[in-house]
Amino acid sequence: MDIKIRTEELRLSFGKREILKGVTVDVYKNKITGFMGPAGSGKSSLISIMNRMIDFEENATISGRVFIDGEDILDGEIDEVHLRRRVGMVFAVPIPLPRSIFDNIAYGPRLKNKNSGRELRSLVQESLKKAFLWDEVKDRLNSSALKLSGGQQQRLCLARTLALEPEIILLDEPCSGLDPISTAKIEEALNELKKEYTIVLVSNNTKQIARITDYAAFFYMGTLIEYGTTEKVFTNPSERKTEDYIQGKFG
Amino acid sequence: MIKKALTKEHFVKYILTAFALSSLLFLFLIFIFILSEGIPLFHKVGLKNIIFGFKWAPTKGSFGIFPMIVSSFLVTFGALMVGAPLGLSCAIYLSEYSGKKLKLFLKPALELLAGIPSVVYGFLGVIYIVPLVRNFLGGPGFSLLATSIILGVMIFPTVISISFDALMSVPKTYREGSFAMGATKWQTIYKVIIPSARSGILASFILGMGRAIGETMAVIMVAGNALRIPTSILDPLRTLTSNIALELAYATGDHRLGLFSTGVVLLVIIMILNYIATFAIRRRVLK
Amino acid sequence: MRISPNFVDKIVKIGLNFQAFFTVGILIAIVAVIFFKGSPYLNLEFIFSSPEDMGRHGGIFSTIIGTIFLVLLSIFIATPLGVGTAIFLTEYTKESWFTKIIRFGVESLAGIPSILYGLFGFIFFVVKLGMGWSLMAGVLTITIMILPTIIRTSEEAVKTVPRNLRIVSYSLSATKWETVTKVVLPSAGPGILTGIMLSVGRAVGETAAVIFTMGSSLRLPTSLMDSGRTMAVHFYILAREGISMEKAYATALVLVLSILFINIIAYYIMNKVTSKYS
Repeated sequence: MDIKIRTEELRLSFGKREILKGVTVDVYKNKITGFMGPAGSGKSSLISIMNRMIDFEENATISGRVFIDGEDILDGEIDEVHLRRRVGMVFAVPIPLPRSIFDNIAYGPRLKNKNSGRELRSLVQESLKKAFLWDEVKDRLNSSALKLSGGQQQRLCLARTLALEPEIILLDEPCSGLDPISTAKIEEALNELKKEYTIVLVSNNTKQIARITDYAAFFYMGTLIEYGTTEKVFTNPSERKTEDYIQGKFG
Repeated sequence: MIKKALTKEHFVKYILTAFALSSLLFLFLIFIFILSEGIPLFHKVGLKNIIFGFKWAPTKGSFGIFPMIVSSFLVTFGALMVGAPLGLSCAIYLSEYSGKKLKLFLKPALELLAGIPSVVYGFLGVIYIVPLVRNFLGGPGFSLLATSIILGVMIFPTVISISFDALMSVPKTYREGSFAMGATKWQTIYKVIIPSARSGILASFILGMGRAIGETMAVIMVAGNALRIPTSILDPLRTLTSNIALELAYATGDHRLGLFSTGVVLLVIIMILNYIATFAIRRRVLK
Repeated sequence: MRISPNFVDKIVKIGLNFQAFFTVGILIAIVAVIFFKGSPYLNLEFIFSSPEDMGRHGGIFSTIIGTIFLVLLSIFIATPLGVGTAIFLTEYTKESWFTKIIRFGVESLAGIPSILYGLFGFIFFVVKLGMGWSLMAGVLTITIMILPTIIRTSEEAVKTVPRNLRIVSYSLSATKWETVTKVVLPSAGPGILTGIMLSVGRAVGETAAVIFTMGSSLRLPTSLMDSGRTMAVHFYILAREGISMEKAYATALVLVLSILFINIIAYYIMNKVTSKYS
């Protein structure tokens, strides 16, 4: 199996507060990897390092290494703008840009100078279809994205990320504010998407992790407690903490 | 993977830095040129003879601007006496008594009034206020009183909108707390709201003062421009600003330098006022 | 006898009511007087013919053109400078001694009265740089004068753009400048425009800073080096020198109507833009 992302002894702190205490983990290509753990476990910060969105946090210090396809992305020479095209991200709260549905999806492609009408239109359509949103919005691509429901907005954000044509998709608790039906739609979309993309899903909904991920990692207080195939982690965890978390004893 | 090649981003940052520095450059130029023209005369004639001199006869070597300094402060004080209580009570009315609709209507109306050119105020002063003062109170009509009224009206919008903002930023819980103690509305306003909004209200007065002391054309039109310290509110007077504007067009040599000296004094007064105002506003933010 | 607090409360309420309407009344009266006194003399001929005999006869056409040239050119220079500075302060730096100094400079510029701008423009542009009384000297002086207003209002507007939108833009592989031009500026647009409109209003009504830099020639300016007269300056001269009260009122009316018009446009654009995607 190919390793897509590898972190080595990754440490992160905000000022004096340690968020990640030396995390070494591999993310495999064309799989869905779930990161779970209670609030403050560092799982969200971990993925925000993977596309260098962490750069926008104030006084964050990072040490260790993060490789994508064998290249260290924490190297100061790396073009983080280019990195973010390869590693897309969907946030916990859907944040549509205040413009039309079409322009939201086209935002990324247009930055890459993909402006030609037909090519852009088919890319937008393709992305919306992959996010299972096309049928609901195909007649109103020019209306404001802010008028969509919360679930639709989150799928719009997924489609917008897909339009970047990334290799990796990072999702930071994408369903935390959504109803079960919207959640199901997103999960369905992710299941299809793993054929083409490497997906990292951060969630503290253990059932969701169990449902759709291939690999699962459990984090606690900035440390990776357990990592393995989802089946193994959920049926036969080797750590007591993992078991307690999965059974809902804390978190 | 592609390495960093963000030359355009760097270019943009340099340009924007240059833009931001331009404000400092302009401020620097203004100071340098007003000071370099204004200071020499202080050396030649003597600081004391200019600032505390009573006689302004620039073509005959007398550059005393003391009456103008006094007059500038008098009209500013007068404007405040007219504008501050009226403006503040208007702001209190708007924030505590009026309905939402009135607020929505009055905000743009005030902005509009703040935008009316000062020369228009001065003109109306000449047509209506000056004759009123002359006929009912005596004197030439062009007077400290007429100037104070006109400037007072001109600083209304400034005083109202800034103290209104200050009053509105007093947390609702303060009001509720006071009402819960059995205080009447006025007691609440007087004892709780005004004290909490104090520094914002003060800032509105100081900014109003800044506008009044710097006003030129309207003052020229209604002040009468006499070269002495007024002894009553019905006497005419000349401010620092009017002195510059009245004579700059034709002044040459030392006369022109004298006007720049007047400018230097004005600049110093304004900077002190600004400093006090920023201090008052900053204190409000810190609280 | 002690007066009951409730009685005081009522008196105060009545007093404040009365006083608020009195104040607003004065302000309305100002506009009304200008309107009623000026409108009989205001017609198309007044607007489209140039002043004759020092303004005693004819209209104000050349001063309208002078005003438009002055204001448009000043805004044209001050807007990129001002918005650029605001963008620099909010997007490109963290709070530091450097931003503090720049903010101090902007605040100081904002506090300088217009007569000192006139004094500076006169000695620097007109005399030292040898521009003479000219449109150019007027434009540069007014540019500096309105710059702080544009910077402050733009900065306020830019600050209201939610941080989330920027984060999303960056995550979609935008650079800082792309984020600024595609997300921040469009969202802050209405606020920035309001600031620009305020500045337009201030430049239209300005007299002291204009008269000593642009001069007061009644001829139509045909180049940047020509002197010219704005409506406000024309009005000041008409009124101060008692040339013609009728023409003065009519000019005042045009001035006030322009200011009103500018304000209405600003509100219109603001409402239109903000209601589109919300």
